[in-house]
Amino acid sequence: MDLLLMLESAINGGLVGLMYSLVAMGIVLIYKSSSVPNLAQGSMVMLAAYVVLAFAAGLGAPLWVAIPLAIITMFCIGVGIERVALRRLAGRPIIMILMMTLGLEIFLRAGAMTIWGGTARPMPLGISDDPLFVGPLLINRAYAIGAAVAVAMFVLLALFFRTRMGVVLRAISDDYTAAWSVGISVERGVALSWALSAVIATVAAVLWASVQGVDQSLALLLLKGVTVAVLGGLDSIGGALLAGILLGVVEGLASIVLDPLVGGASRELVDAAMLILTILLRPHGLFGRHDIERV
Amino acid sequence: MLFRRAGIFHTSYEADRALFPIPADRWMIIGLLVLAVAAPLYMNPLYLSSYMLPWLVWTAAALGLNLILGWAGQFHLGYAAVMGIGAYSAVHAQRAGVPWEIALIFAGITAAVIGIVFAFAALRVKGLYLALSTLALQFAMDWTISHVPAISGGTQATLQAPDIRLLGWPITTDAGLYYVALAWCLLVTIFMLNLRRTALGRALVAVREKDYAAAVIGVNSFYYKLVAFATSSFIAGVSGAVLIGTFYHAVTPEQFSVDVSIQALAMVIVGGLGSIIGSYFGAGFILLMPGAMNTFISWLTGQFGFSLSVETLAHLPHALYGALIVGFLLIEPLGLGKIYGNIRDYLMVWPFGYVKK
Repeated sequence: MDLLLMLESAINGGLVGLMYSLVAMGIVLIYKSSSVPNLAQGSMVMLAAYVVLAFAAGLGAPLWVAIPLAIITMFCIGVGIERVALRRLAGRPIIMILMMTLGLEIFLRAGAMTIWGGTARPMPLGISDDPLFVGPLLINRAYAIGAAVAVAMFVLLALFFRTRMGVVLRAISDDYTAAWSVGISVERGVALSWALSAVIATVAAVLWASVQGVDQSLALLLLKGVTVAVLGGLDSIGGALLAGILLGVVEGLASIVLDPLVGGASRELVDAAMLILTILLRPHGLFGRHDIERV
Repeated sequence: MLFRRAGIFHTSYEADRALFPIPADRWMIIGLLVLAVAAPLYMNPLYLSSYMLPWLVWTAAALGLNLILGWAGQFHLGYAAVMGIGAYSAVHAQRAGVPWEIALIFAGITAAVIGIVFAFAALRVKGLYLALSTLALQFAMDWTISHVPAISGGTQATLQAPDIRLLGWPITTDAGLYYVALAWCLLVTIFMLNLRRTALGRALVAVREKDYAAAVIGVNSFYYKLVAFATSSFIAGVSGAVLIGTFYHAVTPEQFSVDVSIQALAMVIVGGLGSIIGSYFGAGFILLMPGAMNTFISWLTGQFGFSLSVETLAHLPHALYGALIVGFLLIEPLGLGKIYGNIRDYLMVWPFGYVKK
C-alpha cells in the first residue's frame, strides 16, 4: 500500500472528522445539560441548511446576511423545541425521551421536505476548488476550512463556558438538583443549551451543505454525530473534537483498505462498528464521566 | 354498563385464572373472531389483501417488539433488521426446496440466533447505550444484507419469493393468504396473553422494573434478558417471513431498513407499552394513517380549491406521522391501549363514576 496515499487520506479523514464533531458537539451540549440524547440533531442540521437557503433565495439576501439570520431563526427553533416537546418529558423514562427525539427527527425532516421539496441544491460558499498542496499531500480546501471552523467553534464554546451563563450551564450539567436548590433556573439553562446546539447545527449545516449540497442526506449525519459523541464521551465537548478526528482518520484509512474488498461504501459499516465497539468496551467513551449507578 | 363485574364469582381456580373473566370481553372477542374469520365473505378483496393482511402481520411483529420493549423493558432499535433476517432466510430456504412450514421455523431460529447477538449488547449496557448499540447493529445488518451477494442476490437486487404451500396445499388466493396471516397473528396474540401469567412473563416484568431488584428476589436477569431477546427475535423472524410470503412476494433490503425499525417502534409506542390490544391499535394506526392522510388532504384541497405540489403531497403524511408520535408522547404516553383502558374502566363502573376501582 502506498504510504503517501494512506497519509493523505488520513489527513483528509481527520479534517472531515472535525466537521463530524461539529454535529456531535450539538448532541453533547444537550446531553450535558439535560441528559437527553438528541437523535434529531441530524435533521436539525438539515433544517438549518434549508433555512439558510430560504433566506438566501427567498429574500435575495447574500449568503453572509442569510447565515446570521438563519442562526437567529434556529436559536428560536431550538428554544421552541425544548419548550414544547422536551420540557414536559423531564423525569420520564428514557424510552419516551428517545422516542420523542426520533419523532422530532421524522417531523423536522419531513416538514422541511414538505415546505422546500426534496431536490438537491447547491450552497456555494465561494471556496475555490483549486487543489491545496501541503508538501506532496493533496488537501481538500473545503474540508480544511470546515475543520478550522470546527476548532474555532470549540474555542468559542470553551470561552463561553467561562462566562456567567456558561458557569450556570456547567452547574446544571454537574448536578441538576443542586443547581436548582441554589436558585439557578434549570429550565432556562436547558433551553439555552438547545438553542446553542441549534446554532452549532446551523454552522455545521453551512459547511456540510457547501461540501455535499442541500438535500435529505444531510440528516444522515446523525449516525456520524452520534458515533463521535459516544466515542468522545457523551458529556465531553473536547472529547467530541478528538473523537471526530479519530473517527475521520479510521474512516479514511478503512475506506482505502476495505473499499476494494467489499465494493465501496464501507464508511457506514466503520461507523456502526466503531459505535458498537465503543459501547461494548468503554460505554462512557474516551473522556466521558463514568456514572456510578446507585441501586 | 357493558363490562359488568356483578355476579361473577370465582368458585374454582380455573375460573379465577380465566383469560377473560368478564363476560362482555368474552362476547366481544368471539364477535371479533367471527368477523375476522368471515372477512373474506363480506370484504372487498382489495381491502382484504392490502389493508387487513399487512395489519395482522404487523400486529404480530409489533407484539414481538412489545415483548422486548413493554415486558422486558429492553430497547430494540434494530427490530426491522431481525425481521429482515427471518425474511431472507425463509426465502433462501424456500428457494433451496424446503417446504414453507419448515422454512418459517428456520427463519425464526436464524432470527433468534442473530437476536441473541443483540442481547449480548443488552447484557453489557442498558438504557440509552443499549438503544444506540441496537441502532448501530441495525445499520451493520442493513449493510451486510445489501452488500453480501449471497444474501441479497447483489446490490439493488430483488429476490423473488416462491409461492407458499402449507402441508402440500398451494395457497394463492387472497383469502388463503389472509387466513395464514390471521392464524399467525392469533397464535402470537394467544402466546402474549398467556405470557402475562406465566413465571417467564412475571420474571420479565421484574427485570423491567429493576434488574437489581429482580436479582435480589432470585430472578436471573442475565438469563431472562437473553430469553426475551431470543423469543422476540423468533416472533420477528417468522413475522418477517410471513410478511414476505403473504404480502410482498419479493424481498429487498429496503423493506427492512432503519425507517421500518422506527415505524415498528412507533406502533408499539402509539399502541401502548405492554398492551396487547394496543399493539393492534398501534399497528393499524401507523399503517393506515398515511393513506387516510392522503385522502384527507386531497379532500381538503378539493374543498378549499387550492393545490399542493407533488413533493409536498409526498412528504406531508410523513411530517404528520412525526407530529403524531410527538403528540402522543405529550398527551397520552401510554398510547391508544391506555385510552381504550380508560373507556373500559369508565364503562365498568358506569353510572357510578365516582367509584374508585
